[in-house]
Amino acid sequence: MKKLVWSAIAAAGFLLLLPAQDIREKIERQGQHIPQIALPDLKGSGEAQALMNTFNQTLMADITGSGVVKVVPKTTYPLLVPQQPSDFTQPPPPQPDNPRNRRQQAIPPPTSGGGRWLSDWGGPPVNANYLASGYTAPQNGVLVLYGWLYDLSRPNASEAQVIGKRYLGSVDEAGARKVAHEFAADIVATFGGQSLFGTHIYFVSDRTGHKEIWAMDPDGQNQRQITHYNSLSIEPAASPDGSKLTFTSYYKGTPGIVVLSTDPVRDLRFYNQSASVNSSPSFTPDGKQIIYSSSAPGSKCCRIFLANLDGTGFHAISALTTIETEPKVNPKTGTEVVFTSGRSGPQQVYKMNIDGGDLERLSDGTGEAGNASWHPDGQIIAFAWTRGFAEAAWNIFVMPVASKKPQQLTHGEGKNEQPTWAPDGVHLAFSSTRNGRRYQIYSMLADGTQVKQLTTQGNNDRPFWGK
Amino acid sequence: MLDKRKLTVLWIALAVTMFAAGCKKKAPPPPPPPPPAPVETRPAPPVAARPAPVIAQFTAEPTSIQRGQSSTLRWEVTGDITSVSIDQTIGTVQNVGSRRVFPSESTTYTLTATGPGGSITASAVVAVSSPPAPPPPMTPTGTLPLERRIESDLQDVYFDYDKSDIGGAARDTLTRDAAALKAIMTDFPGASIVVEGHCDERGSAEYNLGLGDRRASAAKDFLVQLGIPENRLKTISYGKERPQCSESTESCWQRNRRAHFSPGQ
Repeated sequence: MKKLVWSAIAAAGFLLLLPAQDIREKIERQGQHIPQIALPDLKGSGEAQALMNTFNQTLMADITGSGVVKVVPKTTYPLLVPQQPSDFTQPPPPQPDNPRNRRQQAIPPPTSGGGRWLSDWGGPPVNANYLASGYTAPQNGVLVLYGWLYDLSRPNASEAQVIGKRYLGSVDEAGARKVAHEFAADIVATFGGQSLFGTHIYFVSDRTGHKEIWAMDPDGQNQRQITHYNSLSIEPAASPDGSKLTFTSYYKGTPGIVVLSTDPVRDLRFYNQSASVNSSPSFTPDGKQIIYSSSAPGSKCCRIFLANLDGTGFHAISALTTIETEPKVNPKTGTEVVFTSGRSGPQQVYKMNIDGGDLERLSDGTGEAGNASWHPDGQIIAFAWTRGFAEAAWNIFVMPVASKKPQQLTHGEGKNEQPTWAPDGVHLAFSSTRNGRRYQIYSMLADGTQVKQLTTQGNNDRPFWGK
Repeated sequence: MLDKRKLTVLWIALAVTMFAAGCKKKAPPPPPPPPPAPVETRPAPPVAARPAPVIAQFTAEPTSIQRGQSSTLRWEVTGDITSVSIDQTIGTVQNVGSRRVFPSESTTYTLTATGPGGSITASAVVAVSSPPAPPPPMTPTGTLPLERRIESDLQDVYFDYDKSDIGGAARDTLTRDAAALKAIMTDFPGASIVVEGHCDERGSAEYNLGLGDRRASAAKDFLVQLGIPENRLKTISYGKERPQCSESTESCWQRNRRAHFSPGQ
């Protein structure tokens, strides 16, 4: 069974490190080795019980969404769920066949522990490799979760514990979610996955009557407004460590770049060149520079600039001949930039070195392409493309930069644009009109499955998934 | 008047007297002839003096017309007339009459009546004024707020898909806009005008921010070439953020691919 764990971890590592293979292949390959986990609903004592619906839903969503384990359907589960290691019992040892006792053997030995044996979960019909279980209870005004992960290949409960931990939260829905997220993060990490807990999706919402920058949790919870300019604020991007946020805003008249610290929210005063457009900012992977698009020195947009965090030391890395925007630096190497350019006609996705050399077009020149986003491994991009369709029939594609072979993830369910990779490299967020004329933000796995709607109120688009 | 015969007799008499007085030592002068008997000339019977013509009336009615209208001259001349004429190419007329005239500008008509007793003139004046010049088109005066003035006088300029070139129709619109802009800038000496660039919904949002900028810039450059002062025009791109309409139809898309004018700060 240890072999299984190691091959699972290797497969997960495979997923993260594999070059020049398409993302769908990666996930399919991993699916053949993927560990099975039993995830029964947990219970809470006293006040905690009222919160367990939320808790269990959050835990289930995080584990199923992780892409590194597969959850066995609950219909196969035994009736009794052990809530702590001491709830487990051992099956009785097999009796030797003694003819002298045959007449006294009226009761056959039990074949199942009803849930109290490890083999109830590891054997048929459940056939799981792992069991996650525990319980919650309020204690001194704090919600406490006791969570365990058991390796069902082990002979007894004490040897089977992979995780045995206490998690603390407030005695309310938010606290229940928190402890569920943390437990799930530990489970997912065991299998080499990366939890999305603690990451944020920044986005643009007009629900207040003006486009402002908002943030939310990866599951759409905790949507909160960050800017209050009552103007037009768009195009957010977070620094790699999550400490800063940059975006474009019209609050001073023409589009200009703003850099804020996220906690506390404070304007860090980015110097904007005197130009009709300064826009489309993002951070370099070392978090020390901003790359952006500007019509400087005049009023005919735009080319790519690099500058310090405060906007000083700006220098152009492309020539001012056409519209060039959406520059994003390779998060792994810091030396390449993908961007959108109109230099060959309709907008296409290009790549160049951060010094402006080695220019290469990545999209094939048909239709219109844009919105490129780097995978954390620095080898794959996601982007939006009309791929020979009518203009504006956008869909999300992923493409390894080396092979330039695109794979289509959405298929005309409304317009699907602006993909952004999650830090786990397995999820994407994007904007879509699949549920109406307005854009909403969705998440999905990198193979296009498990599409989840995250926003509902107003028009919400341009997500950026960061820390 | 003395007639000639009388005068001759007087002169002869005078001459003789002077002769006689001058001759002293001669034979006793003959007794002076008896002084000539004063010639009693009967004055010539006066020629019967025939009266000159009398212009009883010479009028123009009305005395004041607009160009293209007519006036009527009326006259009446009495007395011993041999001819009556009116100038200004009218020529000889009867003693009494009337004539319609269509002078194109203010004209003085002179009537001349001639007879054995003499001639006489009179004049009548017809004043001609031009019809009132048509008023200039009724445009809002400088008292309209700048925003309303821009709305009514400056037309939007339209572009092709993914393009920021100023095409034929756009050139015409901008030329008309330039004329209106000059008037607006005169009436509002401190104001600047903003040229906004917009796009239809189809391209991606960030790319469209750039395309809108190029459209605003192209429209501004064209206006500057036509003489609009550059420092009075500002540009701003709204990409596809501020559409005029939201249907996914070619007609709505065209309406959104525009440069639009608004008041500056």
